[in-house]
Amino acid sequence: MSANKPNYEQLRIIDLHSFYGESHILHGIDLYVNRGELVTLLGRNGAGRSTTLKSIMNMVGRRTGSIMINGNETIRTPAHQIARLGVGYCPEERGIFASLNVEENLLLPPTVRSGGMSLEEIYDMFPNLYERRKSQGTRLSGGEQQMLAMARILRTGANMLLLDEITEGLAPVIVQKLAEVLVKLKDKGLTILLVEQNFRFAAPIADRHYLMEHGQIVEEIKKDELESKKEILNTYLGV
Amino acid sequence: MTMIFGVPAAAFYGQLLLGLINGAFYALLSLGLAIIFGLLKIINFAHGAQYMLGAFAAWLLLNMLGINYWTALFLAPLIVGATGVLVERFLLRRIAHIDHIYGLLLTFGLALIIQGVFTNWFGVSGNRYAVPEALRGGMNLGFMFLPYYRAWVVVIALAVCFGVWFMIEKTKLGGYLRAGTENPALMQAFGINVPLLVTLTYGFGVALAAFAGVLAAPIYSVAPGMGANLLIVVFAVVVIGGMGSIMGAILTGLAMGIIEGLTKVYYPEASNTVIFLVMIFVLLFRPSGLFGKEA
Repeated sequence: MSANKPNYEQLRIIDLHSFYGESHILHGIDLYVNRGELVTLLGRNGAGRSTTLKSIMNMVGRRTGSIMINGNETIRTPAHQIARLGVGYCPEERGIFASLNVEENLLLPPTVRSGGMSLEEIYDMFPNLYERRKSQGTRLSGGEQQMLAMARILRTGANMLLLDEITEGLAPVIVQKLAEVLVKLKDKGLTILLVEQNFRFAAPIADRHYLMEHGQIVEEIKKDELESKKEILNTYLGV
Repeated sequence: MTMIFGVPAAAFYGQLLLGLINGAFYALLSLGLAIIFGLLKIINFAHGAQYMLGAFAAWLLLNMLGINYWTALFLAPLIVGATGVLVERFLLRRIAHIDHIYGLLLTFGLALIIQGVFTNWFGVSGNRYAVPEALRGGMNLGFMFLPYYRAWVVVIALAVCFGVWFMIEKTKLGGYLRAGTENPALMQAFGINVPLLVTLTYGFGVALAAFAGVLAAPIYSVAPGMGANLLIVVFAVVVIGGMGSIMGAILTGLAMGIIEGLTKVYYPEASNTVIFLVMIFVLLFRPSGLFGKEA
């Protein structure tokens, strides 16, 4: 399986600048994510982590530089064609549709690749969603909505997930459950780029971390360097 | 003679039917407006002109090409809907990223231009469009005379309204439309071609207006101003029902038609203003409309 190929670059970003109107948000980002890796973007609020994900999805005003997804240059690709390259995006605000019930929310994103999870597998992984499948999407609890937002992109067959602050505001048991889900997805060979505030959540499951500050990447930290680079983490995150 | 609340039954039912017919037109037109507003966030001021274009398309098809009513019922919405697609693609899309008030102004200007051009070509007085052969005459129901064509208009308009409601609320395509109305940016991120969805939605809303225009052609005279007069009332209907609710648009349209019709029976002087009175009361007590979601 190609997921096992070592060092296949699923995502490679070179000198990415992003703008909202007149504001220059990202100042030359360089990063890569290999297939099957779980990489996090750490940093304070406003460091540009969410904007990095949005830039990959072409949801910002303007972007320059290079974003290669699966070997395809996407800097000029229209927003609606990016998902088709196998990208699944879970926004920070979760984006559950109020006018759709749980199952309609689940079935909404079109299939982008074969090999996505079936509805059965998804209900197996998230039994709560099955019980509430006929409820209005936004009637779910915060944790259930987060599960739904994740489950929704797993069905599409996307093999690279961009997850924005999925643990934000959730109870510890739910956060634990999400960590288990991420480990399962990683075992399946999915590539994950995770924006995370909760370092304790991210540290044990991630392969690498990028530290962001003022729209730039200031440090790359591998899993086995967490101890030796504790000082740097402290400086930027205050953990 | 049978009396209902002090008026002759025939007059009562006659006005009820008229109200129902007007209501069917209000429903069809406000439905199109609601669909367009939902996704484009634009109040389509050209809706009345596009309704008029539908009636003229039917009239021209008949008089220039000999194409009959039944074919025109499909063909006219298709043609006028296609002009809607062009309007969205080449005009509205250019201003979609700025304040939606510009969309309102653009469609308002467009309506004035279309009406002006048609007045110039065809004059202000209307043209007659004959009722199709199969629907001429009527039936005596005992308490009133029911013209077949009017019965047909009510039935087909309601069928189309509920068909559209079903499509939007119960199908996958409708799900795209509902979701796109809520969060178009996320829909794009999921891989849905939202610009195309927007273009087709505008075209569809315009086609609905044109369809109403064809239905109206044999009842009202086919005149350049026919849509402008109607549209003001339809806007009031939309305000009463609340923007963005599909079923709300349909039910409010019908109800307002009936209320207007019955006012004609009991206090004819108020029949032209009763809908606006209802609008004022709704705005006072439920500003987001009867079926609208509270902001």
